[in-house]
Amino acid sequence: MTQEFNIDTVENAEGTPDVELPWAELGLKQNEFDEIVKILGRRPTAAELAMYSVMWSEHCSYKSTKNHLRQFGQKVTEEMKKDLMVGIGENAGVTDLGDGWAVTFKIESHNSPSFVEPYQGAATGIGGIVRDIISMGARPIAVMDPLRFGAIDHEDSQRVVHGVVSGIGGYGNSLGLPNIGGETVFDPIYQGNPLVNALAVGALRHEDLRLANASGVGNKVVLFGARTGGDGIGGASVLASESFDDTKPSKRPAVQVGDPFSEKVLIECCLELFKSSLVEGIQDLGAAGISCATSELASNGEGGMQVELTDVLLRDPTLTPGEILMSESQERMMAVVTPANVAAFEAVMDKYGVEYSWLGEVTDTNRLIITWKGEVIVDVDPKTVAHDGPVYDRPYARPEWQDALQADTFRSSAAGANLPSTGEELKSAVLELIASPNMCDKSWITRQYDRYVGGNTALAAPDDAGVVRVDEETGLGVAIATDANGRYTYLDPYVGAQLALAESYRNVATSGAIPAAVSDCLNYGSPEDSDVMWQLAEGIRGLSDACMELGVPVTGGNVSLYNQTGDKAIHPTPVVATLGKLDDVARRTPSGWRPEADGQAIYLIGTTKDELDGSEFANLRGHLGGLPPQVDLAAEKALGAILINASRDGMVDAAHDLSEGGLAAALSEMVLRYGVGARVALDEICQRDGIDAFTALFSESQARALVAVPRSEEVRFNDMTSARGITVARLGVVDAQSGALEVQGLFTASVDELREANEGTMEKYFG
Amino acid sequence: MPRIVVDVMLKPEILDPQGKAIAGALPRLGFNAFEAVRQGKRFELSVDGEVTEEILAQAREAAETMLSNPVIEDVVNVEVIDD
Repeated sequence: MTQEFNIDTVENAEGTPDVELPWAELGLKQNEFDEIVKILGRRPTAAELAMYSVMWSEHCSYKSTKNHLRQFGQKVTEEMKKDLMVGIGENAGVTDLGDGWAVTFKIESHNSPSFVEPYQGAATGIGGIVRDIISMGARPIAVMDPLRFGAIDHEDSQRVVHGVVSGIGGYGNSLGLPNIGGETVFDPIYQGNPLVNALAVGALRHEDLRLANASGVGNKVVLFGARTGGDGIGGASVLASESFDDTKPSKRPAVQVGDPFSEKVLIECCLELFKSSLVEGIQDLGAAGISCATSELASNGEGGMQVELTDVLLRDPTLTPGEILMSESQERMMAVVTPANVAAFEAVMDKYGVEYSWLGEVTDTNRLIITWKGEVIVDVDPKTVAHDGPVYDRPYARPEWQDALQADTFRSSAAGANLPSTGEELKSAVLELIASPNMCDKSWITRQYDRYVGGNTALAAPDDAGVVRVDEETGLGVAIATDANGRYTYLDPYVGAQLALAESYRNVATSGAIPAAVSDCLNYGSPEDSDVMWQLAEGIRGLSDACMELGVPVTGGNVSLYNQTGDKAIHPTPVVATLGKLDDVARRTPSGWRPEADGQAIYLIGTTKDELDGSEFANLRGHLGGLPPQVDLAAEKALGAILINASRDGMVDAAHDLSEGGLAAALSEMVLRYGVGARVALDEICQRDGIDAFTALFSESQARALVAVPRSEEVRFNDMTSARGITVARLGVVDAQSGALEVQGLFTASVDELREANEGTMEKYFG
Repeated sequence: MPRIVVDVMLKPEILDPQGKAIAGALPRLGFNAFEAVRQGKRFELSVDGEVTEEILAQAREAAETMLSNPVIEDVVNVEVIDD
């Protein structure tokens, strides 16, 4: 089929300076369009306009956050850089793991596509992040998904939850990648803006590291993988004026549809290309498709590239040049290959049955030239497209309502009156807590995912961190945990972001791994709202300060803005993923005790303050106000060191961090992990910390963890903690006979009672 | 018992991975005549008694709102089959 277009060439653009262009419909602002005209010295062609509009979008250019995100690169010490092989700016950061191994991981958002079409949105979110990992030269080894949905009982949550969960399972399981964790939160604030974040981690040998640059003049540029269709084309339909006919398929934009089996083939094919050293540079195609790949590869390499766009293999032959440049069709990669390797490259493609087409070559002209049947339709400096986009210092200010919000503490509110105090009341509060949408058992979700496929998963949900083995010989592996608490961050954006890091750091340390790197996905509302911009600025400042203090560098991530409906923004939700190293995954610490642990001592590490503002308990009572728990990074670091050392020296058999739901949730979860009971008393901590039993159970004070210590190790454990000045309290013992959680003098809840409360909720709504 | 048949197809511009896989398999099995494959879904709604205009209208509405995902699929046919 041949298609006739009224091609807007550079020559044509020069001759017709006054043609009206739909820049506003493509999302560009007047000043941005003027800047493009200034850069080019003429009006852009339709194809150039398409490229600039997608590459200068918030999503691709980080124009509202660039000035703030710099802090992640500035607030780093030499010590933090020690193991960092590739930092922010590439497709994903790379951290040295030792023994010649390296690991790369990154978290990204796929929020808005997942609201429009939950299954495909969530599925292609996995696909996109996995390709980022491949393009670093790594083999993907696991994925994770932190999720935020609207109210659990809202009608639309049925559609979104079912779609997102099956999309993640459908794509991830087909790829043969274990899904080792994540979190699920329900809150009406996310009703029209669910958050679907996806994390992937990959492992590579040092020598296999690949970067996205097009080096070597004369090297060939190839596009391979799936064909290009109309997927995810946003505003490109307004460029339809470049087409002569209107017999196009139904109206755009089209939802991106993923094909996990094509992606699996692409993974294996890319790994073979790396192994045989057949590519000089490689880039996955995600948002902004070919526009992004060509301009980034060119500007990171020799500076120029020449591409013939009619050589792109199309699924839909009616696509216009602008649409081809903007298409977000999945499962595509672009690579740079030396002429000598062309034949070998083609042989690999043929072996895997992957379609490819040679598009052009690398030049040193500092121009990205794209032709259509030989006629020049794009002639730009690729740096102006990829890197020199607009940067805004958006105004921000502490919202007027922030003071009133922080003054409205839980204790002073109506919701904070008549708190449970008797044993019976406390017991029903615990059962209510662990049955609540946020604290309930999420295995309805996680059992739809393959968690153990590949045979390298050492820990997965519901443990605190996912742990996966990298080297089968030595047991070397990594632990990853993702965390964020939107309510904390709403109450105090600076502290809330730090608490997100503190929790994920603590979760990784709880598994016994040494935290080494951080990736973040910053989910916020509109940066054009000065309240939201303040939350964002404070969040980035808080997170970067905390990373410096904990000594873990941010290696990459993603910013998702405009998560709001009307002028109602979501709670600021900086999801933080911490990656830790584990010398031998066989030594990981699970987050519950087994029957063999009968009689082991249960210790609470850390102190408990009266910190209920923003807590799950306050949430149960419908209250959100006051100040989030205090953050004490020095205490987090000390706690982390204890957990790591105790795990390495065999001093703890189980460990679980205290976070949402406090001690009540942690105790219940440890009992439920393997259905083994415990006997504990709260008197000592109540007396020591000056709190009542309710506060002891439900406060969300930070830098705390519960551990099970074998009797033979108690002396050593106490010596170590007192030597380090860490406060611990012996709460009680693991009791494998009782089949219950007994809080002495207050209540006894049988394992069955706890389980029924904890496991019924998801089934009730989604089963 | 009469049945109302509803046929649903992915919208033409949406990628159809299953159709693509079938298109790849056909020539391998010697069926060389086919250029492309799109796979769809067929529903059969059985009705006890006569299919009235009202019932048919209900079937059409169900087809548009529940049997198909209007974001990525089109209802291409709704018809009555009387066995």
